[in-house]
Amino acid sequence: MFKGRHLVEPGNFSIEEMDDLFRLAERIEAEEGYLRESCRGKVLATLFFEPSTRTRLSFEAAMLRLGGNCLGFAEPGSSSASKGESLADTVRMVSCYADAIVMRNPKEGAALLASRYATVPVINAGDGGHHHPTQTLTDLLTIRRFRGSIAHLTVGFCGDLKFGRTVHSLAKALARYPHIGMRFISPQELRVPDYITEGLLKKEGIDYRETDSLEKVIGDLDVLYMTRVQRERFFNEEDYIRLKDSYILNLKKMRPAKQDMIVLHPLPRVNEIAQEVDADPRAGYFKQAQYGMYIRMALLASMVGSVS
Amino acid sequence: MLNIAKIKNGIVIDHIRAGQGIKVFNWLGLDKTPHTVAFVVNATSSVMGRKDIIKIDNTIAINFDVLGLIDPNITVNIIEEEQICEKIALELPKRVENVLICKNPRCITSTESYIPQVFHIENPELRTYRCEYCDEIQSVGDFFR
Repeated sequence: MFKGRHLVEPGNFSIEEMDDLFRLAERIEAEEGYLRESCRGKVLATLFFEPSTRTRLSFEAAMLRLGGNCLGFAEPGSSSASKGESLADTVRMVSCYADAIVMRNPKEGAALLASRYATVPVINAGDGGHHHPTQTLTDLLTIRRFRGSIAHLTVGFCGDLKFGRTVHSLAKALARYPHIGMRFISPQELRVPDYITEGLLKKEGIDYRETDSLEKVIGDLDVLYMTRVQRERFFNEEDYIRLKDSYILNLKKMRPAKQDMIVLHPLPRVNEIAQEVDADPRAGYFKQAQYGMYIRMALLASMVGSVS
Repeated sequence: MLNIAKIKNGIVIDHIRAGQGIKVFNWLGLDKTPHTVAFVVNATSSVMGRKDIIKIDNTIAINFDVLGLIDPNITVNIIEEEQICEKIALELPKRVENVLICKNPRCITSTESYIPQVFHIENPELRTYRCEYCDEIQSVGDFFR
């Protein structure tokens, strides 16, 4: 049921479909070698118009572990985009070579455009500050693995909530699950966009609050999702320098938090989580990266591989 | 009291909020039409107090989406043989294409100019629309200011 479909934003898949992917990822984690030949003979194109280490490596590792192959580029300078080719033409051309396209592009809406011109499935690996659906699947799988289910949770988002695409995608996805509360912790300048709060959460009657104080809400949280203030999203370097150290999570700030709260981060981190937190059993971010590969394996096996 | 003659066959765009008529006139490109056009500003209205009216002495293709965006309370009367043969009630369109332009500099439409600019209505009361590509919410009021 995933064959021939695109993944542009988390809403492209139903809750039941995402549950199927989570179960598949959990089986991949549990059974070594499961689906090892699922993508034999298939080619995945990884088009990264913006630098990425872990997302690209995670996709490539997933495809290789499924027996498939990868081609592509890791920066726009080595693509025909630098010669002025349109994105539509690029994806039409790549569709001739590959069985699926994974694309990261700094422009918001780029993946939707690509999905309209490509003749093979397109997976959005991040479009500017907009969506990052496979990170969302990763985050949801991590919450499910740590907490047992995705319901009756209060989730705090902290840091750059304006440009942080992982936050936007996860907030939209969590809004579809029952009894989820959200707390958005950020400086005024980096508040979550209106299309999330006004356009979605308010409409759906989701319990959400915006604050600039992590200390005030950390005790209420079941999940704390930390984000990096990203230099590449700012047009003005002065604004970046002023805001980059807004929130740094350390063990002292963790003290009032629940004992079963989990701390997630899409990585890479700079300094927003002190290294002393790594040893705390509530730190879930490295395990989260591992789940990212499993969910991408489940996705590729379902979209282009042997899983029906 | 200024009197404008009746038109035989054509279009009357009525109940335009006073001061908005020039926007309607410009958006419909009436400065380029070969037909006779009467543009009345600050006409007395029992309901609105003051209003603007545009009379076009012929039938032309009108983008009702644009009119609905500028002001959904505008009424359009189609005239045949000096009689109103059709009254068109406007409303805020649910979807508009190549009328609003996304102001988000990070939107893909800012660089890939061949794709249509598509917006979907977000909140009719606030008259806000959402870009199909980047989800940026924009107010119609800002656009037609």
